[in-house]
Amino acid sequence: MTKTNGGPATMAEKILSKHCGRPCYAGESVVCRVDAAMATDGSAPMAIDYFRAMGGEKLADPKALVFALDHYAPPDNPATVALQDRIRTFSAEQGNILYDIGAGIGHQLMIERGHVRPGDLVVGADSHAVAYGAANAFAVGVGSSDLAAVMLTGKLWFRVPESIRIELTGKLPASLDAKDIALEINRTLDPQDASYRVLEFTGEGAVLLTFEERMLLSNMSTDAGAKAGIFDADAVTTTYLKNQDGLRHAITADEGAVYAKHLSIDLNTLTPRLARPPVGGQAAEIVELGQDVDTPVDMVYLGTCTGGRQSDLESALRVLRAGGGKHPRVQLVVTPASDKVYAGLAADGMLEEFIKMGALMMTPGCGSCCGTCGAIPGDEKVVISAANRNFTGRMGNPKARVFLASPAACAAAAVTGKITDPRTIM
Amino acid sequence: MARADENAGDAAGAFTGAARLVGDDVNTDYIISSRRKRVTIDADALREFLFEDYDKNLGASIQPGEILVAGRNFGCGSAMEVAVTVVRAAGVPCVLAKSFARAYYRNAINNGLMPVICDTSTIDEGDRLEITMLDDGLNVINLTKDSPVETASFSPIIMDILNAGGITSYLRTHGDFPEAI
Repeated sequence: MTKTNGGPATMAEKILSKHCGRPCYAGESVVCRVDAAMATDGSAPMAIDYFRAMGGEKLADPKALVFALDHYAPPDNPATVALQDRIRTFSAEQGNILYDIGAGIGHQLMIERGHVRPGDLVVGADSHAVAYGAANAFAVGVGSSDLAAVMLTGKLWFRVPESIRIELTGKLPASLDAKDIALEINRTLDPQDASYRVLEFTGEGAVLLTFEERMLLSNMSTDAGAKAGIFDADAVTTTYLKNQDGLRHAITADEGAVYAKHLSIDLNTLTPRLARPPVGGQAAEIVELGQDVDTPVDMVYLGTCTGGRQSDLESALRVLRAGGGKHPRVQLVVTPASDKVYAGLAADGMLEEFIKMGALMMTPGCGSCCGTCGAIPGDEKVVISAANRNFTGRMGNPKARVFLASPAACAAAAVTGKITDPRTIM
Repeated sequence: MARADENAGDAAGAFTGAARLVGDDVNTDYIISSRRKRVTIDADALREFLFEDYDKNLGASIQPGEILVAGRNFGCGSAMEVAVTVVRAAGVPCVLAKSFARAYYRNAINNGLMPVICDTSTIDEGDRLEITMLDDGLNVINLTKDSPVETASFSPIIMDILNAGGITSYLRTHGDFPEAI
């Protein structure tokens, strides 16, 4: 693939061009200024160590650095408290933005509290930082050392990636969820193919998605193996971001831009999807949910940066209501993505409904997703989760088996005590 | 942090090591479980948990100087940097893989762990590998099979960071990135 300077460019190329000060194309290496950076209690302590070791004394831009205490919310031992205290001390001294325990998941807060604008270049020291691509930002997950480089210089080097154009045709049926689209993309795309590449979402199906649905697809682009997942900005974007000026900075792909690959997903004919627990260190197999119907389930997890927003919890609650509440044998764990989502549940009466059904309401944050806080599944127990990952041991117990599905499918399993197609309940 | 810089010094010149094989799609949680890093981020302390949920025996038996040889998509999943520093703490200087997940590749470079993209399908467990640092990448020879392994080259910025011993010493020396790389 050869490109000429000044030729048509992808969204990824155009956002990086804007931030390195010259037109750049896939395959080049460039140094870019970074608009905003985020780290969690899982990554910030190491980033602070690297920053100091680099000779860092003052942050390049304190207002552009967000720390969110979300992975250990709340912490379950003194060593973790000490790690979080190092973050609090650093932020007090440097004046960067700090969201303490209970505010929610960093990725949710970056969008909800207005730290990301269309056309921005944003990094987060957590792989799911790609979620901000829904806001038309080039957002990428980095390690603590790259984050420290941004803290020190306000810049980072990037290899300009090729893009894969994903066209969503048709309209997502009301009974399905963006999670089903994400799982279908991950089933179809070879991670080797997606690696180092950006997913650029397009088509009528993409235009019809809500902002939270777009966030889910951007969020799970990293689980497809991609570097980022970017949407166009439109009125849906600016309304959700409460940034009416946002479209002025939005980036669109040029007509004739060169893509490494094209993939088309027909939303009209999509059916519920399910990721099975991995076997023997292999990647999780993604199948039609129908194939595993009736597998008994012990624990249902609603939450995370993938499935813990208001619309996800509403969708789950609709299924729970229709099915008459949760099965007595099932443990239902609910972790809202942020304090705002939590307050929204309370204001709409949904919190009371969840509590009356016997749900365990947890502190906003990453919760049980990576086994670092919250409820842990027991040995040989089967979990169905609205999260993005189910590596062996992921939820804190390598002997548990974790399925991934949409919030609606998770709720359907909570109703019946076994894997169930949510369309049979609604 | 000093560890990465010290050990990266090994990279200069040629060295040999035995191949230790892992499969495709080895994710960062298999390298080091997320739940371990909530107690400590000290790579030496985390060393004993290397590969605990993937292959405990492999994790326990890896010796300093041995070379990890993986299939495709090595280091997928989380961007957590302990998945690189714990491999360095085990004394592994270099990972060969058919492909790497992007964040792992960057983290490896930043910590002086050389990530080498090559066809690893001809390498068997225990093969002696000889690795030589070149101006734009690494030369790998499988001494056991008496055959060269073709490797992808590194871009100039990656070579600069690896030659500095990692991003920490690179930025401590230069203070900033150059305008053009």
